[in-house]
Amino acid sequence: MAVAEQHKTTATSKYLIVYVCLLALAGVQFAIAYQNIDPGQMFVRMMIVALVEALLAVLIFMHLWAEKRGFVIFVAVFTIFVLLAMQYGWTDSYRMEHGGAPYSSYSK
Amino acid sequence: MSQADMTMQGHSAGLVSEPAFSMPTKKLAMWLFIIADTMTFAACLVAYGFLRVGTPNWPRPFHSITNLAVMTFILLTSSLTMMLGVQSAKTGDKAGAFRWTMITAALGVVFALLHIREWLALIDEGMTLLKNPWGTGLFGASFFSITGLHLTHVTCGVIALIAVGVRYKGGRYNADDLEIMGLYWHFVDLVWMFVVPLVYLLNLSH
Repeated sequence: MAVAEQHKTTATSKYLIVYVCLLALAGVQFAIAYQNIDPGQMFVRMMIVALVEALLAVLIFMHLWAEKRGFVIFVAVFTIFVLLAMQYGWTDSYRMEHGGAPYSSYSK
Repeated sequence: MSQADMTMQGHSAGLVSEPAFSMPTKKLAMWLFIIADTMTFAACLVAYGFLRVGTPNWPRPFHSITNLAVMTFILLTSSLTMMLGVQSAKTGDKAGAFRWTMITAALGVVFALLHIREWLALIDEGMTLLKNPWGTGLFGASFFSITGLHLTHVTCGVIALIAVGVRYKGGRYNADDLEIMGLYWHFVDLVWMFVVPLVYLLNLSH
């Protein structure tokens, strides 16, 4: 029973540390929003912080770190591949920057 | 035992030996749902980014981050309370697990109410799905779609938290079921980490 209690206390401390880190990272995102920098730079910095937050949440809060290695690889490869594949459209959005996206000037 | 019996046992043992990835079926199903839902949100956010980059007069209607900061704090805190609930359930503290789960659900309700209040304020300023006073009409459509999808997830999560919590207290569900519910709730929190910078912070009016 004492061992279980100690395990619970250790785990709770770990979750509290991760929680504080997530709060701090969210604070960093808000601070970046008030920096006087190029929007592209701002986007990149915010996404890096968001990815670190997501990694912490997935690995620690969702216990992915404790799952079988095969499952971790399955989730990582499958998810990252599809997410990367979705990025193919960005170049086209830059092309439309001058003419505007479809229906962008539409206002009822 | 005959050779045939031993062979049969060997075969059946091989067939039912290990579930996929040595994980309970329900948990695997939740992970697969989360992966699929990640694609849904990613597609929405990429489409949003596409429109934002390709539209010169994209509105920047947000003046204050106070409401957003409070909402983020509440959602992150709800993830911690969910963790504490699962932790209590794993150590057999049934009352504690139920209490933390209900606190998580209550935080989810507060988040949803703040979100709806923010929506009403924007609607009051003249923003609809098709038009707004600041720029392209696409902004309203994309904003309400993405935040609405997230709000739907939060609402469903609150209902599921209450249902799973009550059933856990009644003895119909166990600690594993609560952990699976926790996976969903953390995912909702995780999505918010990307919605905040993309939809809100990059559209702050300085």
